[in-house]
Amino acid sequence: MTGIAMPKPSDAVLARRRDIVAALQEIVPGEGVIDADTEMRAYETDGLTAYRQLPLVVVLPETVDQVARILRYCYENDVKVVPRGAGTSLSGGALPLADGVLLSMMKFNQVLEIDYDNRAVVVQPGVTNLGITRAVEEEGFYYAPDPSSQIACSIGGNIAENSGGVHCLKYGLTTNNVLGLQMVLMTGEVIRIGGKHLDSEGYDMLALMTGSEGLLGVVTEVTVRILQSPETARAVLIGFPSSEDSGKCVADIIGAGIIPGGMEMMDKPAIHAAEDFVHAGYPREAEALLIVELDGPEAEVDHLLSRIEEIARANRADTIRVSSSEEERMTFWAGRKAAFPAVGRISPDYLCMDGTIPRKELPKVLAGMRALSEKHGLRVANVFHAGDGNLHPLILYDANKPGELEAAEAFGADILKLCVEVGGVLTGEHGVGIEKRDLMGEMFSEDDLKQQQRVKCAFDEKHLLNPGKVFPTLHRCAELGRMHVHKGKLPFPDIPRF
Amino acid sequence: MTDTFKPRDEKDLVEAVRWAISEDHPLEVVGQGSKRDLGRPVQAGHVLDLSGLSGVVSYEPAELVLTVRAGTPIAEVESLVEDSGQELAFEPMDYGPLLGHEPGRGTIGGVVGANLSGPKRLKHGAARDHILGLQAVSGRGEMFKAGGKVVKNVTGYDLPRALCGSWGTLALATEVTFKVLPRAETEATVLLPGLSDAEAVRSLTRAMGSSAEVSAAAHLPRAVAERLEIEGFDGSKDATILRLEGFGPSVDYRFDTLGKLFGGGIATERLDAGVSRALWRAVRDCLPFAGGDTPVWRVSLAPTAGPAFVADLSRVVALDAFYDWSGGLVWLRLKDGEPQAEAVREAVRRAGGGHATLVRASQAVRAGVPVFEPQPKPLGELSRRLKAQFDPSGILNPGRMASGV
Repeated sequence: MTGIAMPKPSDAVLARRRDIVAALQEIVPGEGVIDADTEMRAYETDGLTAYRQLPLVVVLPETVDQVARILRYCYENDVKVVPRGAGTSLSGGALPLADGVLLSMMKFNQVLEIDYDNRAVVVQPGVTNLGITRAVEEEGFYYAPDPSSQIACSIGGNIAENSGGVHCLKYGLTTNNVLGLQMVLMTGEVIRIGGKHLDSEGYDMLALMTGSEGLLGVVTEVTVRILQSPETARAVLIGFPSSEDSGKCVADIIGAGIIPGGMEMMDKPAIHAAEDFVHAGYPREAEALLIVELDGPEAEVDHLLSRIEEIARANRADTIRVSSSEEERMTFWAGRKAAFPAVGRISPDYLCMDGTIPRKELPKVLAGMRALSEKHGLRVANVFHAGDGNLHPLILYDANKPGELEAAEAFGADILKLCVEVGGVLTGEHGVGIEKRDLMGEMFSEDDLKQQQRVKCAFDEKHLLNPGKVFPTLHRCAELGRMHVHKGKLPFPDIPRF
Repeated sequence: MTDTFKPRDEKDLVEAVRWAISEDHPLEVVGQGSKRDLGRPVQAGHVLDLSGLSGVVSYEPAELVLTVRAGTPIAEVESLVEDSGQELAFEPMDYGPLLGHEPGRGTIGGVVGANLSGPKRLKHGAARDHILGLQAVSGRGEMFKAGGKVVKNVTGYDLPRALCGSWGTLALATEVTFKVLPRAETEATVLLPGLSDAEAVRSLTRAMGSSAEVSAAAHLPRAVAERLEIEGFDGSKDATILRLEGFGPSVDYRFDTLGKLFGGGIATERLDAGVSRALWRAVRDCLPFAGGDTPVWRVSLAPTAGPAFVADLSRVVALDAFYDWSGGLVWLRLKDGEPQAEAVREAVRRAGGGHATLVRASQAVRAGVPVFEPQPKPLGELSRRLKAQFDPSGILNPGRMASGV
């Protein structure tokens, strides 16, 4: 463990462990409760592997009723609960608590209904992201958000993190593609919101749940919209002599009214790492590489490809290659998609950051990162969702060298501060979790964070669901609810009244 | 006597809200008042007019990001982004004509409060799908910001999105950031004349399930179509319409795609850009039901459920109806003047669920009949707890959405 402190475990709860395990076994009979340390190891971390913690106990319910009873029991007995999907979070959202029940939703793995006419699919939360597309692709449909972990990550986890992917500028994040949810509150109450129809009645609880990082409720069923797969997709590789040219090209493409299906940028270290690994034919001499993918009707894709070539030439592109086959398109993407493991080959460990910046600030941020790289003595490679400004710097380090993880974390924090400084945000798609928790104050004031935590109080006033994540300071709901009434003030004599 | 307060800046607004809290005086919150006749009437002795908080804070077309103060007129924002070849892709509807007011009024704050959208909701979403961030004053009299000013952000709870559709009952936005998108180079509408409601929605469903990238899909039965006066549009037949937007060659290509899809069986006509735009604006603003004061409902359900819902309800209620969102949005005009809330909502339940909003009715009716879909108990309680966290004294638009919210 490094510097991020989790809430102090409750001795009282730890002392009651045997009772808690027994109560859970009562609710989930058979092998649905895991309490042996060796077996619980599988749950001790998520995609943020620098942090590990064995949970109090692991429970894997199979029915909504079991989820409701588990939560009600924990609510009544003041036991914390950490919900978990596939455990691919890159921000530590599913990191267990020593005094908390780890609630795995992975037995909820059924596709419940496919309704092509209404372009909706109803699934259980443990179904993988790619599993939804697999279930409907035969009929030419797909589920649009495609985080790079899509083969493994669960749709329930996607809701928790509001996951994106390379296509989200055109097709939206999870929040734009979810139609309805069934969820269980910490009290055990079961709630249904939305459905196959659009827009919510009353407050938009779907909006609050999506991206809430497991702090508000446990999702037990999800309705998503599916789209007809585009008729065709083609990609173009464009190499530039500088990242400024590349950034300008992106701005000009969007300025021309073109929203590509995907638009990814890589810097030189990332280009080299990827090329050495998968031999995708990336131009090694390029300082920046763009992969632009156009999808849609053939006539449109052809038309726009020629416009993009013109724009690229006008921005000093020295390599332009358009995919001429599906195989070649996949090869273009292979390097980008393998960027993380490719970096993993050239460094024993790496940290993946996730800030978003206004695109025009890219040259400044890249320059800043070079300076920070020298300051912290660590290398960095950059992949960038260029269309939406979401930056993924990969910080290379060696966990076996004393002090390097700490240096990498400090480097990462400096990068995120830089993102906020230029008008950006701490996380574009990976979530705050524990990783960015203590940086929230860089972006939000105390009042901003208090209002967010009051939302938590409406859902979970005892702070039992996934505490210690997202918010740097836990305020009691009673304290948050206190009003500071300014009595006796004159009714604003200066404000115009009519 | 009703007092109207018109803050000049955020500081005035905070002061006004704090005063209202301390004096326990509820506030009715308005921008230009364009949607005052919509929703449950507010019981408040004071009006808080936010139209003074107006103006563009920043607009960067290349970043696809626009930040404006909440009192800025929608019309001003739309013309600003149009000058850069962009648009608010969620196509905020203008309730003016339907509610008997002139068109073109309303502010960005109202767009957020009512979570406005239009026919393109089907493909591009509503206001809630395009909001990126905001600054607001809560019912506690505290300024807060949430979200960001970039197009991709998951830092913290998504309060900006959650405030969309909250009708000013949680917090008052002072500044809003939206994602804007390029305006389509051109558009065309495919018209299939003479289909019954059920045939029409089947055709819309086929088109939506094709690769033609339809951006809007509606059906106007003849009784509705003939109420429209649009040059180049023949309202004398049932009109099933599909909108194609994009670059010229793409629109032509997809027009052919749909022609082939419906091949032989159904005649297709093409409405070019000018007529197409006028027609979709009429659908967006519910113009067929503009004028008069008979009750109008806006019903959202699963798209394929639309025609059966209308057939079912028309057995007990005299009505006109038309369909947007490929059948999933039904606009109903009830002819005998009674709101028939129970019959409408019962029919929604029989159709598989959704929600019905009474958008046009007298103030007395809206005070007595639930304007918005009533919520089941645990969800209703959660809503009240959420309200209490933002506005514990209940001074912001009390009762606007439901009693106690």
